[in-house]
Amino acid sequence: MAVQESAIGQTLERVKIKERKQASLWADALYRLLRNRAAVMGGLIAIGLILVAIFAPWIAPRDYATQVLADNNRMPSWLLNVFPSAKGYVQISEGYLLGADYVGRDLFSRIIYGTRVSLSVAFMGPLIALLVGTVYGTISGFFGGRVDNLMMRFVDIMYAFPTLLLIILLMAVFRSTTQATVPGTLRYTLTSIDARVGGMFFIYIGIGLTAWMGMARLARGQILSLREKEFIEAARTIGAGNVRIMVRHILPNILGPLIVAETLAIPTYISYEAFLSFIGLGVNPPTPSWGSMIAEGAMSIRSYPNQAIFPAMALALTMFAFNFLGDGLRDAFDPRLRGTGK
Amino acid sequence: MTRYIIRRMLWMFVVLFVVSLITFTLQHAVPGGPFDREKKLPKEIIANLENKYRLNDPLWKQYVDYLVDILVPRFSTEKEVPSLLTDALIRFDIGGVHVKWMNFGPSYASRARTVNDIFKAQLPVSAQLGVLALCIALTIGIPMGILAALKQNTKWDYLGMSVAIFGVSVPVIVLGPFLIWIFAVSLRWLPATGWGTWQQAIMPSVALGLGSSALIARLTRASLLQVIREDYIRTARAKGLMERLVVIRHALKNSMIPVVTVLGPLFAALTTGTFVAETIFGIPGMGKFFVTSIGNRDYPVIMGTTLLYAIFLVIANLVVDITYAWLDPRIRYT
Repeated sequence: MAVQESAIGQTLERVKIKERKQASLWADALYRLLRNRAAVMGGLIAIGLILVAIFAPWIAPRDYATQVLADNNRMPSWLLNVFPSAKGYVQISEGYLLGADYVGRDLFSRIIYGTRVSLSVAFMGPLIALLVGTVYGTISGFFGGRVDNLMMRFVDIMYAFPTLLLIILLMAVFRSTTQATVPGTLRYTLTSIDARVGGMFFIYIGIGLTAWMGMARLARGQILSLREKEFIEAARTIGAGNVRIMVRHILPNILGPLIVAETLAIPTYISYEAFLSFIGLGVNPPTPSWGSMIAEGAMSIRSYPNQAIFPAMALALTMFAFNFLGDGLRDAFDPRLRGTGK
Repeated sequence: MTRYIIRRMLWMFVVLFVVSLITFTLQHAVPGGPFDREKKLPKEIIANLENKYRLNDPLWKQYVDYLVDILVPRFSTEKEVPSLLTDALIRFDIGGVHVKWMNFGPSYASRARTVNDIFKAQLPVSAQLGVLALCIALTIGIPMGILAALKQNTKWDYLGMSVAIFGVSVPVIVLGPFLIWIFAVSLRWLPATGWGTWQQAIMPSVALGLGSSALIARLTRASLLQVIREDYIRTARAKGLMERLVVIRHALKNSMIPVVTVLGPLFAALTTGTFVAETIFGIPGMGKFFVTSIGNRDYPVIMGTTLLYAIFLVIANLVVDITYAWLDPRIRYT
C-alpha cells in the first residue's frame, strides 16, 4: 500500500511538473517579448494609436470634414521655420497645428481621424485572410490527394496574379454603384453597409480576398504534418467525424503559427489600404485616410510639403510599431527564426 | 533537367491561360462599359464603336478572338494599310512576306494607340527603373545581411536589423514625398520629377529599392546563419581555408536560395511598372495603366498589363528554379 501510494505521489508530482512546464511556454514567450525593447516600444505605440483612434473626436481640435475655403493651404508660423522654402507665399494662420489642406480642412484633425482607417484595416485584414485561408488550407490539407492537388494548383495560379491588380479589379466590382440601387438585394445591403462605414467595408473584403493564399499554404503545411499523428487516429477510432476532427483537434493545434504570421503581415495590409486610397479606390471622401492625404499632398509637395509629409510620418510610425511588435512576437514564440522576415 | 524545364513550360502556359481567363471574366463582371462618359454619347455612336471593337460578339467569342490575335502569326504578301485593329507587337519581313505576331489589341481610352504601342513606349521606362531599383536592393541588402550574420548578436547585427525594419516600414508612398522634400525642395540637388537623365533616376530607384533591400538583408542574414552551421562549412574550415573564402565561396552561394526565391516575384513587380513611384516622381511608365485601364473599362489594356505581369512572373520563377540547382548542387530536378 505504502509503496503504491508513494508511486501515485510520484506520478502526481510528475504531472504537476508537466503542468508548470506547459504554462511556462507562454510565460517564456511573454518574458522574451518584454525583454525585447523594440517590441515593447512597438506595442506601446500600437496601444497609443488604438487609443487615438478610439478617442479621435476628443483629441482632434476640429471636424475632419469641415471646409473653410478661405483658409486653404494655410500654415502656422512654426511650420515656416521647418519648411523655409514656403516663406513668402503661404498665408499664416495659427489656428491649424499642422496647417490646412487645399480646401481648408485641418490637417492635424484629419491625421488623427485617419488612424481609425489604418488601424481597422490592421485588424480586419488579418481576420478575413485568416478565416478564408485557414478554411481553404484545412480542407486542402485534410483531404489530401486529388482535392489537395487541385486546390493548391489554384493557389499557385492566384499567386501568378498581380495582387494589386486583383485588388483594384475587386474594388471596381464592389464600388460600381450603378446596379446597387434596388433595395432588398444582397448587393444593396453590402453597399449600404459600406457607405455607413465610410467605404472601409469593401476594403476589408478586398484585402482579405487577395491575402489568403499565403495563409492557405501555411495552414495546409501545418495540417499535413499533423494529419498522421496518433491523436488524430485515436479520435478517428472513437468515431469522430471529419468536421469534428478538423475543428476540435486540428485547428487549435495550428492556430498559433497562423496568428504569428498574420501579425507579421499587418504592415502589408496597412500599406495596401494606403495604396488603395492613394489611387482613389479606398475610403469614400471626406473620410480621411493617410493614403489619400499623401496622394493629395504629393501633387503640391513643392509648394506645401507639410500636406504630404505629416500623413506620411503617421503612416511610417504605424508601420514601424506593427513591424517591431510582429518581429518581437515571432522571436518570442520561436527564437530560432530571428530575422527571417517571414 | 530538360524534361523538368519542358514540363514547367507547359505548366506556365496553363497558368497564363487561367490568369487570362480570370481577368477576362472579372473585367466583364465590372459594371459599365468602355464608352460610358459623364456626358453620354449618342446611342448610334456607341453602337458603332462597339461594332468596330467587336464588343457585340458573345463573350466566349471575344475571348477566343483575343487569344487568337496574340498567339497566331499572320502572313500577308501585299502591303497593308496600317490600322489600329491589325497592329502587332512583332513585325518583320521575310522575302517579301510580311509577318505579324502578337496583337494585344487597340486601347479604347486612347483612340490613336494600341496596347502594342503602349508596351513599346512605356515598358522600357518601367523596366529601366525596375532593374535600377533591383540593383540598389541587392547591393545594399546582401552586404548588410552578410555583415549582420557574421557579427551575430553584436551591435552591428542589431543596428543592421533595426535599419532593415526601418526600411520595411517605409513604403514608397512615404519615402517618395520625403525624398522629394529633402533632395529636391530643400537641398535642390536633384530634379523632383521626370525621366530621361541619370539625376532623375536616382530618387525613384532609391525609393523603390530601399524597401526591397531591407527584405533581402533580413533573408540573407537568416539564411547565412543557418548555412554557416552546416557540416560542409566545418569541413571547409578544417581543411584550412581562409575565413573569407569559406564565407564567399561556400556559405554565401548556398545561402542565396531564399533571396533568389523572392527575387522572382520582385523582378516581375518592379519591372512591369509601379504605380505609386511612377505617379509621385512623374515617370511615364507602365504603372499607371494597371490602374487607369480598370477605371476606363479599357479591356485590352487590362488584359495586356495583367498578362505582361504574369508572363514576367512565370518566366522569372522558372529562372529562379533553375538557379537553385546551380546554387545548391544537392538540388536535382527529374
